Amino acid sequence: MEQFAQIQVSHLFFLAFASLAVVAAFNVILQRNPIYSAIGLIVVMCSLAGLFLTLSAEFIAAIQIIVYAGAIMVLFVFVIMLLNIREEDAKADRQKYLKFLAVPLFLALIGVVMAALKTIGNPAASSNVPGTVENVAEGMFTNYLLPFEATSVLILMAIVGSMFLARRESAEDTNEIETALNAANQPTAVEESSEEEVHA
Amino acid sequence: MSSLINSIDFPYVLGALIKVVIFWITIMIICAYAVYAERRVLAVIQNRLGPNRVGWQGLLQPFADLIKFIFKEDIIPMSVNRALYVCAPIISLVPAMMVLIVYPFGPDNLPLPGGEFLTQTINDLTTKLGLGWNVDLRSVNLHVTHFNVGILYIFAMTGLGVYGIVVAGWASNSKYSLLGGLRSSAQMVSYELGLSLSVVAVLLMAGTLDLTEIVRQQSGWGGMRWNIFGGTSAGEGLKSLAMAIPAIIAFFIYLISAIAETNRVPFDLPEAETELVAGFHTEYSALKFALFFIAEYVNMTTVSVLATSLFLGGWNGPFINVFPWLGPIYFLGKVFFFLFLYIWLRGTLPRLRYDQLMNFGWKFLLPAALFNIALAATIAVLVY
Amino acid sequence: MVPLSWYLALSAVLFTIGVAGVLIQRNAIVLFMCIELMLNSVNLTLVAFSRFLGDVTGQLFVFIVMVVAAAEAAVGLAIIIALFRTRETLNVDEADLLKL
Repeated sequence: MEQFAQIQVSHLFFLAFASLAVVAAFNVILQRNPIYSAIGLIVVMCSLAGLFLTLSAEFIAAIQIIVYAGAIMVLFVFVIMLLNIREEDAKADRQKYLKFLAVPLFLALIGVVMAALKTIGNPAASSNVPGTVENVAEGMFTNYLLPFEATSVLILMAIVGSMFLARRESAEDTNEIETALNAANQPTAVEESSEEEVHA
Repeated sequence: MSSLINSIDFPYVLGALIKVVIFWITIMIICAYAVYAERRVLAVIQNRLGPNRVGWQGLLQPFADLIKFIFKEDIIPMSVNRALYVCAPIISLVPAMMVLIVYPFGPDNLPLPGGEFLTQTINDLTTKLGLGWNVDLRSVNLHVTHFNVGILYIFAMTGLGVYGIVVAGWASNSKYSLLGGLRSSAQMVSYELGLSLSVVAVLLMAGTLDLTEIVRQQSGWGGMRWNIFGGTSAGEGLKSLAMAIPAIIAFFIYLISAIAETNRVPFDLPEAETELVAGFHTEYSALKFALFFIAEYVNMTTVSVLATSLFLGGWNGPFINVFPWLGPIYFLGKVFFFLFLYIWLRGTLPRLRYDQLMNFGWKFLLPAALFNIALAATIAVLVY
Repeated sequence: MVPLSWYLALSAVLFTIGVAGVLIQRNAIVLFMCIELMLNSVNLTLVAFSRFLGDVTGQLFVFIVMVVAAAEAAVGLAIIIALFRTRETLNVDEADLLKL
């Protein structure tokens, strides 16, 4: 507990971002509506970017928001909106036992990790602070050039693969999105009746 | 707890807060009068008068509009997703406003009139109170902060703004909003590529991502060594002018992508009135609509600030070394030029079709930006 | 400076939440998001170790993890769209054609 005598602003930032991340992460797994899960995940990613800043990893923090929150999660939200996924039915759940397995497993895993963490003590931070664009670029284009180039090939494969998977098989389903949108925008029975009242 | 208080640099925090408030008010006034200027300039282009009743020549019109927005009935339609519907305008505005801490308004260490007296007074006062601050107000920096990844920070924040639009489109539960939101997110994600890749050419010239440092580098030649004229990267002499070729190409790619990124004419498909009513904000009214509106104008200001700082020398201009206070004036003048350009384009150009827009972004702008990076790198290697 | 163990503990909690999410949720998109959550928590440990060791390698790892995540998201979401087109559902239990 002697750590708490030395409390600083960075500790407060850590606690704020960490609690935000944990709450949002629970939001991701407990919501039944995928769009709420997606928003939870966006919050987790932004608070992790804040935590990276407390570790003075400025470049990674910026990239975290640009790539994860600004590109990958936009794709997720885009797909959720495009397919117009609403809340799923609970009855479709075939593997209910998994849910009861989840809670004890969750607690057990946390317990094991916390027990392991007790053994590492409190190592001092290095005086050498990596994290500026220069540091990262130097590493990326000298020692780690090959992995970096390999990732660009991976990206190219992903582009080709996803275009092949998502391409339309025939012309007849080109109107599919519009039909899906129209179907989803039909007001439900309750709203319909109240709308009629307004019109009347 | 005493270590917590000791670890906070109160004069710095207070100074940053004061600067944020001043800059925020400046940006708000710029945005309010950009709306007014837009209506007046459009009116001139279209041969009519525009708003000229409230105050002299209608100069108080922005305040009248604001009062109207505040007092209008705030309608929340019945079928919307309430929580997200209320959050969307905030998600849209907050990242847009967060960018202004890295705006480089003026040169470093501007001599502050009366700064000597202020420094004395504050230091005396805090000594009496026992705080013992050591404030130096003899000169000020006209930016809240600057950091190593300034430009990436701006891209990160503008990238987050897209969620406001997407969430608004989804939460409104109306097909016009949804289509507008889908179109907008696709458009913004597509043109973000052209926008960030065009900036890479300038970064090759500058060798840094720190916005204030990039502007500072352009102060050669009596304040006229702007990046669009070749910048300083290639050393002294006329051969550095060779870098002007990729810089000018990058400037035009940036300008086109920036207009698309902010959803303005001729790329305003997300809110194409004739097809989609008003796009993602069809269901919004009163203050919530005003928040979207302000966010749009703050985003326009941000891309104008970025264009000014990256290509047109930021606060640099003739006689900047003699009269440093010309800096903010040059800076705002250049930003106003870009805002005028937006209005000018709106008065002149028709809207593109959606497939034309996507084809243009992916099949022309993106390859052009990539080619331009290669060109800039080649020239940089040859000229050095 | 915040102690290293705090970061590791937070990362462990986030990772376990991700694992629990894979067990609880049946929606393919949310499962995918839980996997992204786990990747993110691992990124946190990598950055924390990088800072405490004073070595930039951990951050390069994070960079590559992000690229892989982006590629994974593109392909994975394409698969999800294809799945939704043929089955009209995103419940992973329904996609059981290969089961005996």
